Amino acid sequence: MPAVSKGDGMRGLAVFISDIRNCKSKESEVKRINKELANIRSKFKGDKALDGYSKKKYVCKLLFIFLLGHDIDFGHMEAVNLLSSNKYTEKQIGYLFISVLVNSNSDLIRLINNAIKNDLASRNSTFMNLALHCIANVGSREMAEAFASEIPRILVAGDTMDSVKQSAALCLLRLNRTSPDLVPMGEWTARVVHLLNDQHLGVVTAATSLITTLAQKSPDDFKTSVSLAVARLSRIVTSASIDLQDYTYYFVAAPWLSVKLLRLLQCYPPPEDTSLRSRLTECLETILNKAQEPPKSKKVQHSNAKNAVLFEAIALIIHHDSEPNLLVRACNQLGQFLQHRETNLRYLALESMCTLASSEFSHEAVKTHIETVINALKTERDVSVRQRAVDLLYAMCDRSNSKQIVAEMLSYLETADYSIREEIVLKVAILAEKYAVDYTWYVDTILNLIRIAGDYVSEEVWYRVIQIVINRDDVQGYAAKTVFEALQAPACHENLVKVGGYILGEFGNLIAGDPRSSPLVQFNLLHSKFHLCSVPTRALLLSAYIKFINLFPEVKGTIQDVLRSDSQLRNADVELQQRAVEYLRLSCIASTDILATVLEEMPPFPERESSILAKLKKKKGSSKLPDMDDSRKNVNGSTEHAEDAEVASKSLPSRYSAPLLFFSVPQPPQFLLEELISTDRPHPSSSATMLPTRTMVPSHTFTDDLSVNSAPSSGASLLVDVFSDFSSAAPTEGSDEHFPRFVCKNNGIIYENQLLQIGLKSEYRQNLGRMYVFYGNKTSTQFLSFSTSVSSNNVLGPQLNVQEKPVDPLIEAGAQVQQILNIECVSDFSDAPILNIQFRYGGTLQNIAVKLPVMLNKFFQPTEMTSQDFFQRWKQLGAPQQEVQKIFKAKNQMDTDVSKAKLLGFGVALLDGVDPNPANFVGAGIIHTKTTQVGCLLRLEPNTQAQMYRLTLRTSKESVSQRLVELLSEQF
Amino acid sequence: MKRQTVTHRLRFLLLFSRQGKLRLQKWFVPTSEREKKKVIRDMIMLVLPRQPRTCNFLQWKDLKIVYKRYASLYFCAGLEEHDNELLALEVLHRYVELLDKYFGNVCELDIIFNFEKAYFILDEFLMGGEVLETSKFAVNVSMEQADTLQETMEEYMSKPAY
Repeated sequence: MPAVSKGDGMRGLAVFISDIRNCKSKESEVKRINKELANIRSKFKGDKALDGYSKKKYVCKLLFIFLLGHDIDFGHMEAVNLLSSNKYTEKQIGYLFISVLVNSNSDLIRLINNAIKNDLASRNSTFMNLALHCIANVGSREMAEAFASEIPRILVAGDTMDSVKQSAALCLLRLNRTSPDLVPMGEWTARVVHLLNDQHLGVVTAATSLITTLAQKSPDDFKTSVSLAVARLSRIVTSASIDLQDYTYYFVAAPWLSVKLLRLLQCYPPPEDTSLRSRLTECLETILNKAQEPPKSKKVQHSNAKNAVLFEAIALIIHHDSEPNLLVRACNQLGQFLQHRETNLRYLALESMCTLASSEFSHEAVKTHIETVINALKTERDVSVRQRAVDLLYAMCDRSNSKQIVAEMLSYLETADYSIREEIVLKVAILAEKYAVDYTWYVDTILNLIRIAGDYVSEEVWYRVIQIVINRDDVQGYAAKTVFEALQAPACHENLVKVGGYILGEFGNLIAGDPRSSPLVQFNLLHSKFHLCSVPTRALLLSAYIKFINLFPEVKGTIQDVLRSDSQLRNADVELQQRAVEYLRLSCIASTDILATVLEEMPPFPERESSILAKLKKKKGSSKLPDMDDSRKNVNGSTEHAEDAEVASKSLPSRYSAPLLFFSVPQPPQFLLEELISTDRPHPSSSATMLPTRTMVPSHTFTDDLSVNSAPSSGASLLVDVFSDFSSAAPTEGSDEHFPRFVCKNNGIIYENQLLQIGLKSEYRQNLGRMYVFYGNKTSTQFLSFSTSVSSNNVLGPQLNVQEKPVDPLIEAGAQVQQILNIECVSDFSDAPILNIQFRYGGTLQNIAVKLPVMLNKFFQPTEMTSQDFFQRWKQLGAPQQEVQKIFKAKNQMDTDVSKAKLLGFGVALLDGVDPNPANFVGAGIIHTKTTQVGCLLRLEPNTQAQMYRLTLRTSKESVSQRLVELLSEQF
Repeated sequence: MKRQTVTHRLRFLLLFSRQGKLRLQKWFVPTSEREKKKVIRDMIMLVLPRQPRTCNFLQWKDLKIVYKRYASLYFCAGLEEHDNELLALEVLHRYVELLDKYFGNVCELDIIFNFEKAYFILDEFLMGGEVLETSKFAVNVSMEQADTLQETMEEYMSKPAY
């Protein structure tokens, strides 16, 4: 046995750990663990009662196994038992196990809560702390419900030990974050604020955290904390470094408390009271002054702690944004750090300056550091520091330095790390557009972007350059010339081919006068890239070709030959084939006038905020962890634009975003405008649907099918916006009359009105289910913007996971679309999720809410058993709360076969010959949830004379028995 | 204007070895097992290949990652947007000091064999991702108090190994 165990080390545990460490392979480790699990299981199951020590040891082993990454499905009960041990060490292990392994929906939560309650009432501070830690670690809603009223009392009680107060404050903070509604501070507010005056610095530190969080939610209630915080801070910053004894950290007075106080003050504007305000300014100046003093220690801990306070003070100065003097001092301080030899400080200075750059007082001061920042971009060894430098350059960019900054970023891009290239591309694209004085610079910049980092240029970027070129006549000729030149390169990026194809297709005529870029030269140049490109690009090029036929009649023959070739007309790709056929026909049949109308230049796009900003924002905060606050301030100060843009890109069928979806959403071609043209336009004889009727709409020759069916007229985007604003006010139509019918069956119609019919097919296996939802359009008009979402209330949310697959946003008249929902039962539940459906029908927004028939009994697995087994288990489940019984009147005719079918549909196995009375039904099954399995026994006794039933359910869980009776009793 | 809720606390704390073996994991917000595995994997992949003497901070998704290597062990914390990186670095350091004080010259093996103690010490120091007690003295007092509540050596030696 190794000699590394300390204190009460458990010998068996140490032996086990060392065995695991000696395992040479994963297999032998698994083998050893399985052996141990079998051993522990037999000990727990054995007849001999285990003593506390053994229980503790085995629970600890299980914990170790779990932390190695293996699943543990037993031992929870033993851990809960340890909680009520009066031996500290056993209790402690019990709590640790619970904190790590018990999730918030566990069946055991009631038992755990009981143990916690006892410990909280014990008046033993060690036990109380353990209990508070457990609450903070698990932090479930049930715990919040049980203790939210008790903890504030402990926190403010006069006789509570300091260490317990500290735990109580942070425990309350934790509960407030997960269940703020359950932690009303009302009556406690004043006394909690008063804790800032406590003598014990540990208590003040914990209380400051709590107050900061509460003050963010209700700043008015905690306003009085400002003056107390300033007073406290002032005392700390002016104290000699040894005054605070143990709260001095490497010669820095109470750094944690200082930072927390500075953060609390960031919840409020600068104090209005002048004396308070000047006292705070003094504090901040003192902190800034201290930065210039020689260090009291050479240890890095000293400088870290000191600078931590300094950075927090600067954050407060930036937050207040009201004292030009302080802001400039802060900026100078950060400027010093920019050249510091510590990488960490350079990193933080760059980060902090980003926020400073957005203040009008300090923007100019920040700009003076531009050379240092550019230098950092070139010389820093660490990519995370370079990334910060890019951020800062972006933040400090304005009209005066944009050319320099964009040029530096472009040149950095050539060698930049792959991980940050896309972000740099987005930033360059945004800056180039924002500060473009003449748009030739803009076009050059974007083409450079594509040349240098084509793979990282997202669709948004090249869509945007096309929108801008189309909207600005003054740049079109230049753009055509520049792309033509860029395309000359032997190898050019596919994105350049796209931009080139689009722009030459629209504006190639502007450069066609020059013999070096005659129509045929242009065409040959584009077509030389054709075979190297992907299908979407080729499709775009085909559209460019048909546009060429209109622009340059002289190349018509050449282009028709290309369209006619087998590689187009018989292309394996349907889209290419269709385009080739349609364009060829169009060029043969239509007169010059019609061609000119159909293939007219694109009309300007409505001026909207760039969606590139939205993309950048999304990139920054992508794939968040749960429980993350959404409303963080965007570092580069672009929040407001980004939000607009996000809305814009979400309201899908707006005219603006339609071209952005070009190719990105695979959609079968649709010919919706057919009737529009069939009346007054020459109709091609061959086949009406073969003609791309979309090309008849002059504005959208280039855009895909999508844009046509979503927004044929330029007014459409306005309408969309009107409706999206309107949607929240629209009445929701709902229904759950069909709900009970689904208790004993899985398929059928769940909802129907004059417009829409919703049918369901579902299948379940163990704790998983899959539901196919069919939406049928009963009308002769299409449904637009069709979308669905499934919502659960707070209680149901963690119990049942419902995941929706995407659904088609368009339902044709008379058509039906299908959506798949995947369902996972986490623990037993009694509510039902709501399916919310939204779509536009004839200009009005329809809202429908349907209760989805996902009930607990869907997760039944029928269980066959002998009569003897049945009665034995029936007796075992004899505790009063395990049985739920209901006597009710029959609503339907009492038919044995019907009842049998219903019970089978309910999910249990019917056990024949178990009940002495053959008229009675007896059934058994297991409810599968992710966390547990609940065995259920059922007995239904019909009384035909009285037209009554008696239904009895026995399960190991009261809530399950209760819910099953509710569901089943409605069925007879 | 909607008020911003600015959060600043630790989301998680991980200890892993140079070989990428996880030695301790503490999650301060509810996190699914799948998400945990993903974070652990990402952190190890992100931190281990970093050169010595580079900066101790990283941006990962919307979190700030602060890490520091002590002998063979990496201490790695995930911070929310507005937390203070330098102070988080000192949180890691203070934790190392506390472990050192308790174990006496703490090494990776101490944490492997006494993982439960490492968790207890952490609990004395942090709660819900916030610093609970910054005084080293106070934390040590409570750890020692706890140890006096444990059983004696004879009691311990008389227990069977299995």
